[in-house]
Amino acid sequence: MSDSTEKPPIIRFQGLEKAFGDLKVLQGIDIDIPEGQCVSIIGPSGSGKSTLLRVLMTLEEPTGGRVEVEGESLYTMKRNGEEVPASRAHISRIRRKICMVFQHFNLFPHMKVIRNVTEAPIHVLGLSKREARERAESYLEMVGLSDKLNAYPAQLSGGQKQRVAIARALAMRPKIMLFDEITSALDPELVGGVLDLLREIKESGDMTMLIVTHEMKFARDSSDRVLFFDEGVIREDSDPKRIFTNPEHDRTRQFLDTILSEQA
Amino acid sequence: MEWQWDWALVGHILPELARAFRVTIAATVFGFSLALVGGLLLTILRRSRWKIISWPAHFTVEFIRSTPLLVQLFFIYFVLPIQLPDFGGMFTSAFVTGVLALGLHYSSYTSEVYRAGIDGVPKGQWEAAAALNMSRGRTWTSVVLPQAIPPVLPALGNYLIAMFKDTPLLYAISVAEVLTAAYQIGSQRFQYVEAFTIVGALFLIVSLISAWLIRRMERWTALPAQ
Repeated sequence: MSDSTEKPPIIRFQGLEKAFGDLKVLQGIDIDIPEGQCVSIIGPSGSGKSTLLRVLMTLEEPTGGRVEVEGESLYTMKRNGEEVPASRAHISRIRRKICMVFQHFNLFPHMKVIRNVTEAPIHVLGLSKREARERAESYLEMVGLSDKLNAYPAQLSGGQKQRVAIARALAMRPKIMLFDEITSALDPELVGGVLDLLREIKESGDMTMLIVTHEMKFARDSSDRVLFFDEGVIREDSDPKRIFTNPEHDRTRQFLDTILSEQA
Repeated sequence: MEWQWDWALVGHILPELARAFRVTIAATVFGFSLALVGGLLLTILRRSRWKIISWPAHFTVEFIRSTPLLVQLFFIYFVLPIQLPDFGGMFTSAFVTGVLALGLHYSSYTSEVYRAGIDGVPKGQWEAAAALNMSRGRTWTSVVLPQAIPPVLPALGNYLIAMFKDTPLLYAISVAEVLTAAYQIGSQRFQYVEAFTIVGALFLIVSLISAWLIRRMERWTALPAQ
């Protein structure tokens, strides 16, 4: 296949850098993610995993490098043949393809569950109220919360809140879903259910998924690829089986030894 | 001669004072509506990323808060029509001037109140809105303001009552509000006590009722228990 017809990767980071003042959180990330891949991102806290997702979601602006989504630059655009900083409209058009689920759910506390899920489809995607409601009901059924449509977030458990947040993101039908430590704030007995849901989402569609996680079993058994982040760089980019049985780097081995002994 | 409270006089002047009190209420309602909208506008402008927008809004708030309402009132009523004759027509109505001055003055206070409410909305809410690709406007109307305003309703309510109690200042530009009417009645008959007592009582009653209503409203708008 020649270059001109080859489909660009759905996500491409090129020399991506992010610094908060003197603190360099991302120090040159180069990686391509093909469409439909389910990628687990692991690594010690502070290694830049979440920041990578946040840059892709446009919650943080990069301080260097490039982000491309389906071959289009996210933070710059062409004007009269020159690269200029992207306009809000440009960012919004590309951001439409991406959605994110957060560690602390970030549900809208003043809206009932059903409205949490219908609000953006109505006002961002332009669905009719009926279409949005039907869509929301089907996703809330998928996450097992059909009986909570009229509850407020405060009346739900952590696990239920996270399921609503997942349904809310799914209802946007994004091509790319970002999951930022979505089980880290949950009680241990609720983690399994949310991870099962992630597996179900992976099986049920061809969505590209980037999952920042500390759940090593999930990373090993349920993802197509594992990235090991360390000190702002990708130390290892590997097949999930190999990284857990035979990691290339000592840092990876150390990290896995520590975390696996904790999770054993 | 011993002075005596004159009930007959009370009965006689009460209808007139009540009519004038309607002007007081109208000035409060219009003035505060203006303050609610104006304050929000100032708050949003102050949050602009562009200094050319945020700085004038900052300055306006500081300026208004640092000068007395009575001076602002005189300025709008007496100075603007001379300095800006083209717009002067707007300010020849004492009532309109009074409402504008009250509204503008209290905008600077409500703006501070809104700011506190908006600062209280967690960052994660803005991020969730961004992750759902909501526009700026939609983020404000669907996500931020519905969470920012209920907690600050008591503070807004306090300013409503404060503005209500400031309306007698409009006497200074001859708006036919209740204090102006009471003063006229008093000076016609040299009987001030009844008229001013009624004015005081009217303010007291309405303030107390408003305070009670505001407390009720807080309960209606409260989110379900966490």
